[in-house]
Amino acid sequence: MNLFADALAWLLSPERLQGQYALPALLGQHLLYTAVSVLIAAAIALPAGWLIGHTGKGREIAVAISGAARAVPSFGLLVLLVLVLGVVRTPLAAIITFVLLAIPSLLAGAYTGFEAIDRRTIDSARAMGMTEWQIFTRVELPLGMPLLVGGIRSALLQVIATVTIGAYVNLGGLGWPIIQGIPLRRFDQVLAGALLVAVLALLVDLLLALTQRAVVPAGIDAQSPPHRSERRVARRAASAVT
Amino acid sequence: MTWVLDNLDLILELALVHLRQSVIPIALGLLLSIPLGWVAWRFRLVRGPIVVLTGLLYTIPSLALLILMPAVAGYSATEEPNLIVALTIYAIAILVRSVADGLDSVDADVRQAATAMGYAAPRRFLAVELPLAGPVILAGLRVAAVSTISLATVGILIGVTNLGYLFTNGLQRRIIAEVLAGVVAVVVIALVVDLLLVLLGRMLMPWTGVIAPSRAKATSPRRAVVRAAA
Repeated sequence: MNLFADALAWLLSPERLQGQYALPALLGQHLLYTAVSVLIAAAIALPAGWLIGHTGKGREIAVAISGAARAVPSFGLLVLLVLVLGVVRTPLAAIITFVLLAIPSLLAGAYTGFEAIDRRTIDSARAMGMTEWQIFTRVELPLGMPLLVGGIRSALLQVIATVTIGAYVNLGGLGWPIIQGIPLRRFDQVLAGALLVAVLALLVDLLLALTQRAVVPAGIDAQSPPHRSERRVARRAASAVT
Repeated sequence: MTWVLDNLDLILELALVHLRQSVIPIALGLLLSIPLGWVAWRFRLVRGPIVVLTGLLYTIPSLALLILMPAVAGYSATEEPNLIVALTIYAIAILVRSVADGLDSVDADVRQAATAMGYAAPRRFLAVELPLAGPVILAGLRVAAVSTISLATVGILIGVTNLGYLFTNGLQRRIIAEVLAGVVAVVVIALVVDLLLVLLGRMLMPWTGVIAPSRAKATSPRRAVVRAAA
């Protein structure tokens, strides 16, 4: 466990707060890239996913897109875009990669959230005289929220993992101590970087898991027997979209 | 294009190494997930801890896991077994849930009928429950297989050579064709393996495709399959 002691010593050294590669700056970069990419991806994927979920049309296309997207190695795509767009535009190349990476999970979160709703609920809403827009905002959005948050959760985690790899193309972020330390054989630094990234991912995951619970609308019993197995399957499926 | 034609040998060699580094974790992951998933399904009490633990491991970004695992277990980070162990962990995280969900999807009446016909628990599991859970497990296996193949490229960052080599080498030498060849090769391998899994599924489970979607009872496992594949 000497290794971990060295990593801790590296982390706690006052030098970590100085210079271009200060840890707070790296963390800031990491979070900024993640937030910006997931927001852009959400602006594209959520309306599309809701439309698919509401109309029930086009889900085959969405499934095909997410299936194919999973096969594309994000590290390769990042390097490819950096070369195509030029090294000067690395941040742009990175954001495009992360956005493409985040879209499938967000899309799936949006439309599976709507699909998991009992058809009878939506029929009742329509029978009560709700317009399609009212059904969307007052029935489908709240009931689909837990699965949507599940989609956001897996999108965030994937992007956090890939931003780490982005350090290889000089993007900064918490992957930097790892990528820079490996060729130098500075294992204290490498391990410290890995620990930071893991802790960041686990914290974000925990935060989103709590959010996922908090957004279950009041009056809906998440454990109610008739829906339980279906909801669980759907939730799993959404979190498996990675 | 000339780069690709001049280096076909290299691409092919790396593709074979890549295939080895991903097929072992996929197979190992499935083999370990069936008993683990069964335990999680059978004993409610341990289901939570198993799913949470594998979920947490799955949450750790690949580059971090590739460094943390060897540091904890004390083996070399820069060799192939490290990559294979990490990829196996990710595969297990996906597959344990699929196996438990698949066993969930088996109709309780069918299970009782099997018991009534004299199937003892081990034989009932192998002859009735596992095949019926098959479609859901297959859906998870396809997800695990494709992500494993594409994730394996990260291995090059810790010094394990595979198709990821074309990315780092292509970046250093500024050869777009080399990087593109790497991306295309990974996608092709992933899609071919995916197709093989679908065909294998049809062979081993010839009844899947036949269930009429209008039958309400039959749709629930099918819907689970569709969702898992989404």
